[in-house]
Amino acid sequence: MFGWEWPPHILGGLGPASYGIARGVVNAGCEVTFVIPKPQGDEKKDFLHIIGATNTPIVWRDVDWDYVQKRFGYCMDPQEYYDLRDHIYADFSNMYVNDMGCIEFSGRYPQNILEEINNYSIVAGVIARKESFDIIHAHDWLTYPAGIHAKQVSGKPLCIHVHATEYDRTRGNCNDDDPTYMIERDGMNHADLIMCVSELTRRTVIEKYHQDPRKVIAMHNAVDPLSPDIVNAPVKRGTDEKVITFLGRITAQKGCEFFVEAAARCLWKAPNARVVMAGSGDLMEPMIRLVAQKGLADRFHFTGFLRGKQVYEMFKASDVYVMPSVSEPFGISPLEAMECGCPAIISKQSGCGEILSNCIKCDFWDIDAMSDAMYSLITYPELHRYLQEEGRKEVAEITWEKVGQRVVDAYKRVLGWN
Amino acid sequence: MKTICLLFEIHQPYRLKKYRFYDIGADHYYFDDYANEEILKRNAYQSYIPAAKMLLEMINASDKKFKVALSLSGVAMDQFETYCPEFLDCVRDLVATKCCELLCEPYAHSLSALQDPEEFQRECKAQSKKIYETFKFRPKTFVNTGFIYNDEIGAEVAAMGFKGIITEGAKHVLGWKSANYVYNTTAKHSVGLLFRNQKLSEDIALNFQGGLDARTYMSWIEQSPADEKVYTIAMNFDVVGGIHPASTGIFEFFKALPRFAEEKKITFSMPQEVFENIPSVDTASVGHPISWDGYDKDVSAWCGNELQHEALRAIYSISERLNLTKNDVLKEDYSYLLSADHFKFMSTKYGTYNPFSPYESSFDAFSNYMNVVSDIQIRLKQEFPEDIETEELNPLVKQIDNQGKEIEKLQAQLAEAEAKLAAAGIAPEAAPKKAPAKKAAAPKKAAAKKSSKKAEK
Repeated sequence: MFGWEWPPHILGGLGPASYGIARGVVNAGCEVTFVIPKPQGDEKKDFLHIIGATNTPIVWRDVDWDYVQKRFGYCMDPQEYYDLRDHIYADFSNMYVNDMGCIEFSGRYPQNILEEINNYSIVAGVIARKESFDIIHAHDWLTYPAGIHAKQVSGKPLCIHVHATEYDRTRGNCNDDDPTYMIERDGMNHADLIMCVSELTRRTVIEKYHQDPRKVIAMHNAVDPLSPDIVNAPVKRGTDEKVITFLGRITAQKGCEFFVEAAARCLWKAPNARVVMAGSGDLMEPMIRLVAQKGLADRFHFTGFLRGKQVYEMFKASDVYVMPSVSEPFGISPLEAMECGCPAIISKQSGCGEILSNCIKCDFWDIDAMSDAMYSLITYPELHRYLQEEGRKEVAEITWEKVGQRVVDAYKRVLGWN
Repeated sequence: MKTICLLFEIHQPYRLKKYRFYDIGADHYYFDDYANEEILKRNAYQSYIPAAKMLLEMINASDKKFKVALSLSGVAMDQFETYCPEFLDCVRDLVATKCCELLCEPYAHSLSALQDPEEFQRECKAQSKKIYETFKFRPKTFVNTGFIYNDEIGAEVAAMGFKGIITEGAKHVLGWKSANYVYNTTAKHSVGLLFRNQKLSEDIALNFQGGLDARTYMSWIEQSPADEKVYTIAMNFDVVGGIHPASTGIFEFFKALPRFAEEKKITFSMPQEVFENIPSVDTASVGHPISWDGYDKDVSAWCGNELQHEALRAIYSISERLNLTKNDVLKEDYSYLLSADHFKFMSTKYGTYNPFSPYESSFDAFSNYMNVVSDIQIRLKQEFPEDIETEELNPLVKQIDNQGKEIEKLQAQLAEAEAKLAAAGIAPEAAPKKAPAKKAAAPKKAAAKKSSKKAEK
């Protein structure tokens, strides 16, 4: 598998999802080698083998065992370095490499991301020659070129995993010559199997990337069970008032202006409620201004960006979680909110709605329906209790183990093993 | 001789419009007129009217040997009056042949039998009255909403003077017993109990695909054990022409039934004839409520989850108080909200999406309904101040009512006296006489006002 992020060093939703899928696949009886740009040494890797692109030589350097141990020992066995070195396939001495013959990766999303993606695919050629495997699985567009390279080297089928598309990120405003779009489409064209995180994304891939529907399948994400310390963490709540929460980047894609309009309607009618907008983004300032115009600033709170445990604390302190995204390939946060016992209202344009039934769904633009759902959840305790309990049960059934099994079944179909 | 009791159920609820929370207290109209009219008319022209004409034709063609029973809910009748009165004429024609019995059911096709015995009684009385006013027919047989029945309901129905009840032949209640006999209720042995024959009913209602023919169908009845006499076959009326459109041959199937019945010496009866003529074989006891719904034949589709419990609690908690009001519009709106359909839309038994529901999900159904209930609660508060208990309210309302009547009576007397005086030609003297008479009435009026003020306080 090729990925870009791996817990605990995560920057977005890609890391946990790749981790979950890899773990599920291992659980279903496969051996997985996972390539990431830059291991830090503290990755969770007890169940699979991790190779760092930044530890893979592409230029032959004569280094002794002790030196390799000293340089890379924190994350790899020196023998592996030599094994990889035996598979250097071309003369890359014109490239910028370090004393180990390796390219330095940032492992993040730097300005020169396209260059880094290209380097990653060069490294993938070495790894693909050294490792033996039956199928290649590439997570998100950053790793598609590496996947294609590995496929061409090994002749093994390529499966790509579409966690998001450029089409969604730009709300439909991307050109055919946009480099990201081109990389994505190239990856899809070469792939033998395309897994999308939702039916919604699957349709985008078929319609906007012109793919053969037969090779595109929906593979919904799952969510990890809450750790005990989060389950047992006390609920921090200052008031008896009901709390309606938005959590995510405050950007156009997340539908934040629809949230503000809907929440305002609800607040006018329900005096015992407060609204929290957690997160930051380019539309935060206009939203604050909009709230002030409506005269609701005293009951409308902006928390700024929340991280890690704070997110769960926020969910636990909320009565309603709203995700009004205009377009969301999957959207893991409603599942996390439901895990914490907070009922969710999600837009129909969110992929996760396809696998959830114990939540309220409405169109992102239908602020009447959205505000009505908010009002119902804070006014009719039975509805709240029902969605809380049934939602928690429902999410507990959505596990990475099941996803892993489905992924492996799909592999087998592509390989013709059944 | 074997006999068939054929029964059709006709009901359409008043579906609610999208009623948002900001409408609460601002908009007191709850019903989706467009959808109600459209659905009623579509059903009427596709199914109800042609099917009723078919029944009439069958009665006439068979020389009145074919008999049938219909159960129309009160809310459906109200809708027919508004949108499609011609169907009621068809039913009148049927009733006039004396081969069509009308049954009684709760007016609003409600769950009152399970929730509120007093409301249940009120609804049954209202329904009997409605049927008499519309068709000049006094129903003697009772069939509950969704064929819901247990011993308690049996006792309540018996106390209201009905001669018989029809319910579902639920296997978990009947056990080894056959549905094809007359039984009686535990409360009153003279009140009969008929169980619907599940298989024969569902063969038509669910499984009819044009493959079934009337001869085979009748031969099933003929071949059943000789001492099993009564076959209760019941279904929704829209099965004929609606669920199974005319193209499936459903009309021809029904039309052929009397002929093959006669061939095989099987008769048709109305339920009241069965209860009169065929003696009961045993008392049937039903502990938990049964119904004709789904596979479970219980009431879980209407009151199976917490949402439904809460909605039922909310609407029935105001029933007593609401019935004290003289506001007929409020009462009518309330009774339309009792229809069992509203609760079925909230069911999560088969997932949160219900194909027959006008809502997108059970949760939508719940919040919409609760918003409406919130509004009707506000209207009730405007009617009666909140701080007076219902127990207190009852005598106060009665007192005002009595005093009102008294005032009317006195005023009538006064008018009479004045008229007499005028006739006697002592008009000039009438003026001084009038004054004391008025004074006599005035204190009473004041008293009435006082007590009404009390009520307001």
